[in-house]
Amino acid sequence: MRIFLLFSILILALLGSLILAMSIGSVPIAFNEMLHAFSDKQHLAYTLIFELRLPRAMAALLCGGMLALAGVLMQALLRNPLADPYVLGVSGGAASAALLAIMAGMGAWVTQAAAFGGALISILLVFILAHRKGCWTSNRMLLTGVILAAGWNAFISFLLTLSPDTQIHGMLFWLMGDLSHAQISIYEGGFLVLMTFVSFIFARHLNLVARSELQAAALGVNTKTLRITIFFTASLLTAVAISLAGSIGFIGLIAPHMLRLVIGSNHRILVPASVLLGGTLLLLADTLARTILAPTQLPVGILTAMLGVPAFLFLLYRSKQ
Amino acid sequence: MMRLACEQLDIRIGSTQVCKNLDLQMSSGEHWAILGENGTGKTTLLHTLAGLHEPSGGKLLLQDKLLQDYSRRQLAQQIGILLQQENDTFPATVMENTLIGRHPYLGLLEWEGEHDKQLAEESLKHVELLSCQNRDINTLSGGEQRRTTIARLLTQNAPVALLDEPSNHLDIRHQISILNHIHQQYRERLTIMATHDVNLALRYCNHVLLLLGNGETCAGPAHEVINCEQLEQLYHIPFREINDQQYRLFFPAMS
Repeated sequence: MRIFLLFSILILALLGSLILAMSIGSVPIAFNEMLHAFSDKQHLAYTLIFELRLPRAMAALLCGGMLALAGVLMQALLRNPLADPYVLGVSGGAASAALLAIMAGMGAWVTQAAAFGGALISILLVFILAHRKGCWTSNRMLLTGVILAAGWNAFISFLLTLSPDTQIHGMLFWLMGDLSHAQISIYEGGFLVLMTFVSFIFARHLNLVARSELQAAALGVNTKTLRITIFFTASLLTAVAISLAGSIGFIGLIAPHMLRLVIGSNHRILVPASVLLGGTLLLLADTLARTILAPTQLPVGILTAMLGVPAFLFLLYRSKQ
Repeated sequence: MMRLACEQLDIRIGSTQVCKNLDLQMSSGEHWAILGENGTGKTTLLHTLAGLHEPSGGKLLLQDKLLQDYSRRQLAQQIGILLQQENDTFPATVMENTLIGRHPYLGLLEWEGEHDKQLAEESLKHVELLSCQNRDINTLSGGEQRRTTIARLLTQNAPVALLDEPSNHLDIRHQISILNHIHQQYRERLTIMATHDVNLALRYCNHVLLLLGNGETCAGPAHEVINCEQLEQLYHIPFREINDQQYRLFFPAMS
């Protein structure tokens, strides 16, 4: 019953923020006009919705969902509530590669590919360095990730210092996340659905591994295989999301934790719920980012933090010990 | 009838030799106690028997089949283990923590059914935690958390139970009531417990395995193996025995 209520609220919130995202912008579209747009292709609302706002909203939903799912997976895998793609240096690796591409004057497509490659390289580095001699502890992995992230950050600052003023603006937007150039297709959608399903299949395993790896093994989980599967699923999700929308932090951290504070940490609920909440949060943030100072567009990362910080602190403060 | 056999078993962890060329047959109806000083490898031995630690030599056979030929899931359906300690990073209720004992029996997308819930409730009743079933595990005391993990083991309900210091954190009443219950539920099955309490071992176990250090071991029926000389060799302090016909009680004879 509580589960039903939770998912009803999450889906309503998602639909609500989708309608909001369709209707507000430089040209506001009222709800009844929106219905016209479906029937009349000549209508201005049709162009605005189907060519501009809807693709961007879908990109926000997908990226938010991917980042939140990646966060859930990494937190369970590392048994650490602070783990997320941003903290583990995956975003840093992606950003370094993307900024190099921007500096070299490459186009959007190459930048995207570079970000994807950078994320994967960073992940492999964490994995190889933390795995030396087959000895593996979650703390070792977390430390490796955090230190690498610090390294990437220094490299990013270095690149920013060297860059000409004309490129700095674009670079900053990329670093704080920007959905205005995100191009999505049916593949990204399918990818998220598939990864959500894979994570859902292993949800009960995640419940066990999040508690204790030894206990999980004793209860029949093949922890070695699961660890690699989960780690690469999370990494792939992050790499795709970052290559679409730049390095958006924070969603992977707050969406799962907000849900944990409300419904506990059963991954069978947490996995699908995080995808929904992460998407909704990023869509809301993006809608605000492109409207509150219109015509100036803000990087979405600023808004995810401005929305997420108070919401998260409120839930944390209210939660019973 | 379950049989767990060690053949020429060699276990090492770090520089510690836990056992060397150990031959041992254990089967249903037997209740083993593993005694030994700190750091002699009681926990490592239990982990090895559960397939969680690779032996450095020899064979481990469950029903005449090598332990490593079982999948983790098959093994978890046969052997349950109560680990010495665990800590929870994320919130979870007592009930959730108990129900995960059913994991080895559930399919990938299967949810716990009525039967599983019933087993979990019964187990929680036996450790006197049923009224706390919806509480967050992190709000419980150390002893209550320990009882939750015991309830999980009872819920797993496997033919073999390995217990790593089951009386840890428990007050004396719960030590007796819970071990009594385990003894009853597993009477026809195989249990192996590591403990520091010689008298508890004598009360609940009919066989003992002593880890004397340096890989030396001594195994046999509890009442034959345990006596003051043997305990002195094991713990390096003198012991005295009181025998009132019903119980034998050993205590350190330090002046």
